[in-house]
Amino acid sequence: MTMRVDLPEETLAGVLAKAFGNRSFLIGFAITLLVAAVAILSFIWTPYDVTRLVIADKTQAPSPAHWFGTDHFGRDILSMIMVGARNSIAVALVAVGIGMGVGVPLGAFAAARGSLADEALMRVNDLVFAFPALLSAIMITAIFGPGAVNAIIAIGIFNIPVFARVARAGALAIWPREFILAARAAGKGMTQISVEHILPNIATLLLVQGTIQFALGILAEAGLSYVGLGAQPPMPSWGRMLFDAQTRMVTAPWMAIFPGMAIVITVLGLNLLGDGIADILDPKSRRRR
Amino acid sequence: MKLWKTILAAAVLTFAAATSAFAARTDLVIGIPLEPPHLDPTAGAAAAIDEVLYANVFEGLTRIGPNGEVLPDLAESWAISDDGKTYSFKLHTGVKFHDGSGFSADDVKFSLDRARADNSVNAQKGLFAQIDRIDVVDPVTVKITLKNSQGSFLYNMGWGDAVIVSPKSADTNKEKPIGTGPFKFQNWAKGSSITLVKSDNYWGAPVFLDKVEFRIVPDAAAAVPALLSGDIQAFPFFDPDSVSQVKGDPRFHVVIGSTEGETILAINNKKPPFDKLQVRQAISFALDRKAIIDGASAGLGVPIGSHMSPANKDYVDLTGLYPHNIDKAKELLKEAGLEKGFKATLKLPPPSYARLGGEIIASELREIGIDLEIVPVEWAQWLDQVFTKKDYDLTIVSHTEPNDLGIYSRKDYYFNYDNPAFDTIIAKLNLTSDETKRKELLGEAQKILADDAVVGFLYELPKVGVWDAKLQGLWENAPIQANDLTKVKWTE
Amino acid sequence: MTAYLLKRLIIAAVTLVLASMVVFAVMEILPGDPARLMLGFNASADQVELLRNQMGLNAPFVLRYLHWASGLLSLDFGRSYTYSVPVIDLVRERVVVSLPLALIALALSTAIAIPVGVFSAGRQGRAGDALAMGAAQLGVAVPNFWFALMLIYLFAVWLRLVPAGGFPGWSAGAWPAVKSLLLPAVALALPQAAILARVARSALIEVLNEDYIRTARAKGLPYRAVLWRHALRNAMIPVLTILGLQFAFLLAGTIIIENVFYLPGLGRLVLQAINQRDLIVVESIVMLLVAAVIAVNLLVDFSYAVVDPRLRGRQ
Repeated sequence: MTMRVDLPEETLAGVLAKAFGNRSFLIGFAITLLVAAVAILSFIWTPYDVTRLVIADKTQAPSPAHWFGTDHFGRDILSMIMVGARNSIAVALVAVGIGMGVGVPLGAFAAARGSLADEALMRVNDLVFAFPALLSAIMITAIFGPGAVNAIIAIGIFNIPVFARVARAGALAIWPREFILAARAAGKGMTQISVEHILPNIATLLLVQGTIQFALGILAEAGLSYVGLGAQPPMPSWGRMLFDAQTRMVTAPWMAIFPGMAIVITVLGLNLLGDGIADILDPKSRRRR
Repeated sequence: MKLWKTILAAAVLTFAAATSAFAARTDLVIGIPLEPPHLDPTAGAAAAIDEVLYANVFEGLTRIGPNGEVLPDLAESWAISDDGKTYSFKLHTGVKFHDGSGFSADDVKFSLDRARADNSVNAQKGLFAQIDRIDVVDPVTVKITLKNSQGSFLYNMGWGDAVIVSPKSADTNKEKPIGTGPFKFQNWAKGSSITLVKSDNYWGAPVFLDKVEFRIVPDAAAAVPALLSGDIQAFPFFDPDSVSQVKGDPRFHVVIGSTEGETILAINNKKPPFDKLQVRQAISFALDRKAIIDGASAGLGVPIGSHMSPANKDYVDLTGLYPHNIDKAKELLKEAGLEKGFKATLKLPPPSYARLGGEIIASELREIGIDLEIVPVEWAQWLDQVFTKKDYDLTIVSHTEPNDLGIYSRKDYYFNYDNPAFDTIIAKLNLTSDETKRKELLGEAQKILADDAVVGFLYELPKVGVWDAKLQGLWENAPIQANDLTKVKWTE
Repeated sequence: MTAYLLKRLIIAAVTLVLASMVVFAVMEILPGDPARLMLGFNASADQVELLRNQMGLNAPFVLRYLHWASGLLSLDFGRSYTYSVPVIDLVRERVVVSLPLALIALALSTAIAIPVGVFSAGRQGRAGDALAMGAAQLGVAVPNFWFALMLIYLFAVWLRLVPAGGFPGWSAGAWPAVKSLLLPAVALALPQAAILARVARSALIEVLNEDYIRTARAKGLPYRAVLWRHALRNAMIPVLTILGLQFAFLLAGTIIIENVFYLPGLGRLVLQAINQRDLIVVESIVMLLVAAVIAVNLLVDFSYAVVDPRLRGRQ
């Protein structure tokens, strides 16, 4: 008996061809790539130094010298958005990492074990979901103090049940399949099966959920920074830029418009990317949130 | 877009014109930044209590006027004995508390005795320290005898902490304040607003407003749109940083006045390396006061070189002592053996002068190698960590009490500053009443603080008031933190 | 069905108890001594100790939890440290702002999302669908507080149609009160509506592909009728699930939005209370919000039973 590996039947070339035919994917991918490139670029070059305050140049309207204008400390908004991208991506990425790293093994374990372990996991999930995420994130940062690290933890914690749930649901659907039964018959253990067979098969689901959570993470980070509980100055962050902007909307609206657009575009790009991936790899799957 | 706006605006205007009343308005919504913890000015130091109640609900024997002068209030006149120790106050007749009970000399004795009692919770017991005894001569005459003559006694009796309360309501004033003023308390929606209404049986000149709502607006971000949309018609203590948003708008009257607030970069003088004079002086040299004032207070505010308001008659200009000089600062750090720089924290309370000033100062100190971690804290944490436990390196705060040079000689104060020479001067000062001698001593005291670079002296906090241009009678300066509404009226 | 309902009920109760333990434990580790906060910073250590005893702060952890939890059951939340009034009074003042706000937002979100979802599903793949879903995609990406700022400046500052913030109180009349909740509700609702519209659309499309819908259409029922009458009802399960989740999101969203518009609601109270270390208020409101979320989820579970015939038939 040959073991059929349950990978998508299509070849890589086929997937690529589909990807290039998928509008969501293309736009999303392009935007995400752009944001990532800008963030990386900011490590080696920004138009201006964002740690230097030039009070004399404060709240200047967009001009050839400062494309997006300057903020209340005379810093270049474009440069700050570039560096802020770094912060947003880092926070959201690590938060997704925490969620996947803890949530996926939990979900896979619950699905493999079933009964008591499964029930326990679902109850803990219920518990976490009962706390409005933002409220809890505010509480966590209020306890441990504001800062990027605590924001990551606060957002990460709420990614755990999300991934646990997705992993569990995906795994549950795969366990009864024939090739798993075959693997069990071959004497493979629960952990081995989970790693070798279940995980590759739910990878698509996790990838799609990952992009969604990444986008939500960026929104959450912006929200926390906006109420002053995220990254602290002098580290620029998009949410904080909006906080600084809101008292100056009348005289310096560019301070609010550009960082806000940076958030919208990044989140939009990630969501489109997620949609696209879901369409390409599994046309039947629909995204639920 | 433009056309749409015009059409919409026209529609709105027509609607507004049709509904607006023709008589002058008699209601007012005032924005205040902080909510009072309770409503008894005789039992708490929070400025927010006075901002709502002083002169409006509660009155004292005397009161402080818009420019810091002492005016008669419940006492229509007084006589002072030749030795300056005995004050006879003649009280107004026909005064009633808001609960209908009458006011007499007994209430004065009750209030002041209560304030100076051993178990008193009055936040400014020092105001009453010189009172020896209080005698009720007749229902409209009170005689107060002092232990020593005190030039500031009449001024002291004008503080919010010295207002007259009724024995009947003294214990419930925190929730339901009952005073003798032209406005009586109506409602307190916690966290939102406090409403006062005109008192019908007021003894003095009638006020123009029927109803005043103090709306609590902690964020400057919310203050600007509330003002622009007309929801709130006056912010007597407006965030200076936001003033550019309304300046030049003919609908508003923007008033830049003075306060008694010395804004300082406070330094923990006992904590290494800040215990080294060179380090503190290096910090003073690294500060660019103009940039700080421009960036944190919209360019308003006068630089200071020591702990004294430039408006004070005893002020000595010491701003030239530490001009902005990065090289000098670096040199001093090198002398202190810290040429490589060091790390420290900067704890910032909520006001914008602190949060914005903090970012600027952090950037300025980075230039001489001091790497500051900014830690934003709420007032409760600031009081706990910085003020009480002295667990801090640097912080920014504005000391708004008038004539508060003495805090630098307090042994347990959060600066952790200890200089016997300075203490001697303050001790002498407390026993000196001669004006020229006082001026000399105060000058010396300011000089010592500046020489020691005890803290980074930044600037005198401006008082920025913004209100509807049709509103008249609000205070332009802030000799004390108060919103006296007795003369306020709409001019249309 | 009774068994199903009973199970959901028990789960909800267990979750609530666990949540209360978590909340209490978290508040325990928050720094700051409430007794000292109440007395101010001139109080002596003895005074503080006395008050700690009076407030029961020195009792063992478990006892304090039981005391607190039993208080919650009888709606006795204790007294606020900063305002020294019963917490329930504060909550009562605030709930009349937050609840209407969340409900208006929820209603608005549903009222926008369902028609858009139906519209899009009916034109799947055509220009109208692409446009609507493009807008929804954009809506999902907009942070609600940024949207709120833009709304304030457009409608309150620029056009001056509605108040920029604040709440006149219901005593000022229903219309002024509702008017001041309009912008915040829109700011809260639109991003949620975008999500909901997408869910409604995809749920509908799935249902539309099912056999019985094809049968209904084969019988000659007009497409619109099929869509609204048959398909929508059967697409309700995912829509309800999202609605339940969104309620929690809306409640939490009020924290930021109430601060943008300085509405005196629960969200602002909780943020103020956190800042002032008024732990008892924080505990109480977090518990209330959690209880509301659990209750709504229970309601959603129950409504599954109503709309899903399969679940109804199950014993």
